[in-house]
Amino acid sequence: MYVAVKGGEAAIANAHRLLADRRRGDRSLPAIGIEQIVAQLGLAVDRVMAEASLYDRALAALAIRQARGDMIEAIFILRAYRTTLPRFGYSKPVDTAEMAIERRVSATYKDLPGGQLLGPTFDYTHRLLDPSLLTDADVDAPLEREESREPVMRVSDILAGEGLVEDDGSLPDGHVPGDITREPLEFPMARDLRLQALARGDEGFLLALGYSTQRGYARTHPFVGEVRIGEVEVEIDMPELGFAVSLGRIQITECQMIAQFKGSTKTPPQFTRGYGLVFGQSERKAMAMSLVDRALRADEFGEDIVAPAQDEEFVISHSDNVQATGFVEHLKLPHYVDFQAELALVRRMRREYEEKLAGNADDLAEAAE
Amino acid sequence: MAAVEKSAEAGVKAANAERQRAIGLLAKASRTELQSAFDALGDKPDVQPVRGPETGLVMVRGRIGGGGAPFNLGEATVSRASIRLDDGTVGHGQTLGTDGAKARLAAIFDALFQQPDRKTEVEMLLAAIAARVVAEDAAKTRQAAATRVDFFTMVRGED
Repeated sequence: MYVAVKGGEAAIANAHRLLADRRRGDRSLPAIGIEQIVAQLGLAVDRVMAEASLYDRALAALAIRQARGDMIEAIFILRAYRTTLPRFGYSKPVDTAEMAIERRVSATYKDLPGGQLLGPTFDYTHRLLDPSLLTDADVDAPLEREESREPVMRVSDILAGEGLVEDDGSLPDGHVPGDITREPLEFPMARDLRLQALARGDEGFLLALGYSTQRGYARTHPFVGEVRIGEVEVEIDMPELGFAVSLGRIQITECQMIAQFKGSTKTPPQFTRGYGLVFGQSERKAMAMSLVDRALRADEFGEDIVAPAQDEEFVISHSDNVQATGFVEHLKLPHYVDFQAELALVRRMRREYEEKLAGNADDLAEAAE
Repeated sequence: MAAVEKSAEAGVKAANAERQRAIGLLAKASRTELQSAFDALGDKPDVQPVRGPETGLVMVRGRIGGGGAPFNLGEATVSRASIRLDDGTVGHGQTLGTDGAKARLAAIFDALFQQPDRKTEVEMLLAAIAARVVAEDAAKTRQAAATRVDFFTMVRGED
């Protein structure tokens, strides 16, 4: 027999009305606008775009506002929205060598073509609260300097000249890039699928895993070959025209992590690489992604798999924060019947346990007599 | 004969390259730029919808290591529209984002661009868009250049 219990409609409706009230907050303050969120909380917007795996600043800002700033809730909302849209096609691979650079730093070469461009960075700030931001004080316009017109070469291309670093990373000829939004996850997976999963993976999770590799759980001794942030062109082939057209530009962050490799019987000693590519300005995420990408290649290099960051199934199965929050948070939904069943079970076990204890006591008493 | 074919082919190629440039610039235009250019047209074209405007997704691809095998990075919203002018010229517009009206305007200008007698009007719009984009890019590049580190060596010790 199954007895359905209904109820709660009015409570739910009222709760959502209360949520809307709390979201709006003090009515004497102006409501925050989507344009303001895009302009002034840009890195929050970028994180939502990256982990929702949907590049659209205005929609990400709307999701942040709707979620009251709860990032994972915002990511969830944007992820849900993307399922309502048709897929028009796949872009041509973006060319990060042709990026319009806003920031580019290398930890491996001091003087490299294009130079070290710090861009809009938190690095070297003192992390002291800035009271001037309590008011709407005027902000100085950025300084400008004539550009060097030197090509900002990718560090991987510089290193490749010496043959001491592995290639960019090829897959067998005819390999069609896998798409985790279209096919269920299967392990082991090719590196292209892993990178897609990592690109939308939770920043905190990947950061912790990347950190764990530095602390000795799958030691790779990495260097940041380069981090670059800037805009790239998104182009798509137009079958009706017979040529590719630009759809506009997106901002991305790329990290080339360079790691030691002592070589094997087949490969001479050389540097190996981990790769990170993320929507928007997301340096921490791109770096963490590249560390984890490298750690997950343990198998390729015949390294012992001893740490969580090297375990592909563990990492990829738990990197998606929408899945994770769904499963963790479902625990708060009614489990009344499940719990009643378990309660009855525990009561019975307790009864049996106590009966056994009593029986033992009787036996002991008898033995003593 | 072969030479004629070859030059015809080269002509098509050049026309395609021109149109590719035009479509790329129209994608980078703001809706306001396109709308005011449309409002300023003396002779408004008669526009029939062919497809859209509609909003969907394009899966953006990257390459492993920057230049290796392609992988799927994540999706971007894209709006597109196709229109037909009364003489049968078809125009396509597509742009990142959810602004279908902008895609439709871009499609109209793509169609006008293919009409020899209206191309000049579109070229004026394209020049304005290109000038803005170039100026914005140059300013960003100069701002980044101002954050370039100039290393200098400190000489220490006696010699």
